[in-house]
Amino acid sequence: MQKRLIVNHQLLEIMVMRLCHQLIENHGDFSDSVILGLQPRGKYVAQRIQRTLQGILGKQVPTGLLDTTFHRDDFRRRDTPIAANATKIDFLVEGKKVILVDDVLYTGRSVRAALDAMIAYGRPASVELLVLIDRLYTRHLPIQPTYVGRQVNSLLSQRVLVEWKEQQAEGDAIWLITKTDE
Amino acid sequence: MQELSVRHLLGIKDITPQDIQLIFETADNFKDVLNRPIKKVPSLRDITIANVFFENSTRTRLSFELAEKRLSADVINFSSSGSSVKKGETLLDTVNNILAMKVDMIVMRHSSPGAPHFLSKYIPANIVNAGDGTHEHPTQALLDSFSIRERLGEVAGKKVVIIGDILHSRVALSNIFALQKQGAEVMVCGPITLLPKYIKELGVKVETDVRKALAWCDVANVLRIQLERQQMKYFPSLREYTLYYGIDKKMLDSLNKEIVLMHPGPINRGVELSSDAADSHHSIILNQVENGVAIRMAVLYLLAQRG
Repeated sequence: MQKRLIVNHQLLEIMVMRLCHQLIENHGDFSDSVILGLQPRGKYVAQRIQRTLQGILGKQVPTGLLDTTFHRDDFRRRDTPIAANATKIDFLVEGKKVILVDDVLYTGRSVRAALDAMIAYGRPASVELLVLIDRLYTRHLPIQPTYVGRQVNSLLSQRVLVEWKEQQAEGDAIWLITKTDE
Repeated sequence: MQELSVRHLLGIKDITPQDIQLIFETADNFKDVLNRPIKKVPSLRDITIANVFFENSTRTRLSFELAEKRLSADVINFSSSGSSVKKGETLLDTVNNILAMKVDMIVMRHSSPGAPHFLSKYIPANIVNAGDGTHEHPTQALLDSFSIRERLGEVAGKKVVIIGDILHSRVALSNIFALQKQGAEVMVCGPITLLPKYIKELGVKVETDVRKALAWCDVANVLRIQLERQQMKYFPSLREYTLYYGIDKKMLDSLNKEIVLMHPGPINRGVELSSDAADSHHSIILNQVENGVAIRMAVLYLLAQRG
């Protein structure tokens, strides 16, 4: 297994800061906007975005966690089953401008499931998608992000891994992992 | 571990403590789904489930049907009254005919102990036992433990007494297995004639005085007297049973602690439980019914995942 660093912690901090300013450009004071992090890995991105926005705006943007397990289209078709995570949304989605947040956009199937899962909480005014990494030319569905940290060209056999201090990693970093035959 | 160790849910005896934990964690998520404005997920949309009931049921059947519909499964219902069973068809033939219509899962209640175990040897579909005679009723035991966990935080270390007609109760047997697998202490209490002769060998305490049992326990699970299964007289009269084993609010208030009162239903008010006890703050009887749907969704979901 080869592990190549593609974004270090300073770059990641700048990237999150830039994404937050882009969000402010579109959402102003966030009076009608909410953030939804996709479980499991989008949780850390959503929390980081919320914290950074709080530093800039001085207010807390409502942030929830959305689990898509029961809405996935690969149930009974995967080799390894996925465990469900908690959904935590203590606000109404109805009429809100929703920002879906995830770490890596790959096939787009999770995002499709998330759109499906989100509708169970009401009809949002609009939905945007924010991702740290957009893997190019890998989409199975016509889904594109509104805000992108970085676009990455990668092989199907490769994997992009986003690590955070919060999950006991050594530090914040984004890696490109290549499996090698050993 | 994200997968059950079994393909069928035939009884609590056959599953592991890890299975129980996985079912509870999945049920937590489904309970959350049931509290949303839209109480439905598409997980089982390509699955057909037959509810095959050879014995009467209200709660269990409605609960299973609702769980299946909340998971977007296609559902067909079968009850033996008014079916070809009356014309002499065997169990295996009946089920094979249902399966020929491309059914993926069978939820079955039958009056003969072991009927679902027998079926599981001959048919490819996943089977969920919804009660087999006096043997097991696994989803009831799971939802009972889930409700205790919800009220008291955990099941391990808790003292649970099962009171009533233990001899004829599938709920009692499944509960004993489930509670012991989670590390709870179990006692059974009832008239000596309604306690199975070798029940002590399961490692449970036995008590015939209901007051002593209530003083000992954290949770009391009260069962109905199953007159329909009793072939002979086990006690002189229902009134006498109520006199010695009926639980009322006064008894609960006289304990110097709070206990949790459960009942799998249907309640015979004024027999094993008085109305003021059944409707008191001790009672989590309706929470049990609510949790039943989430537990059954979890069981069906996890079995479908096994395929």
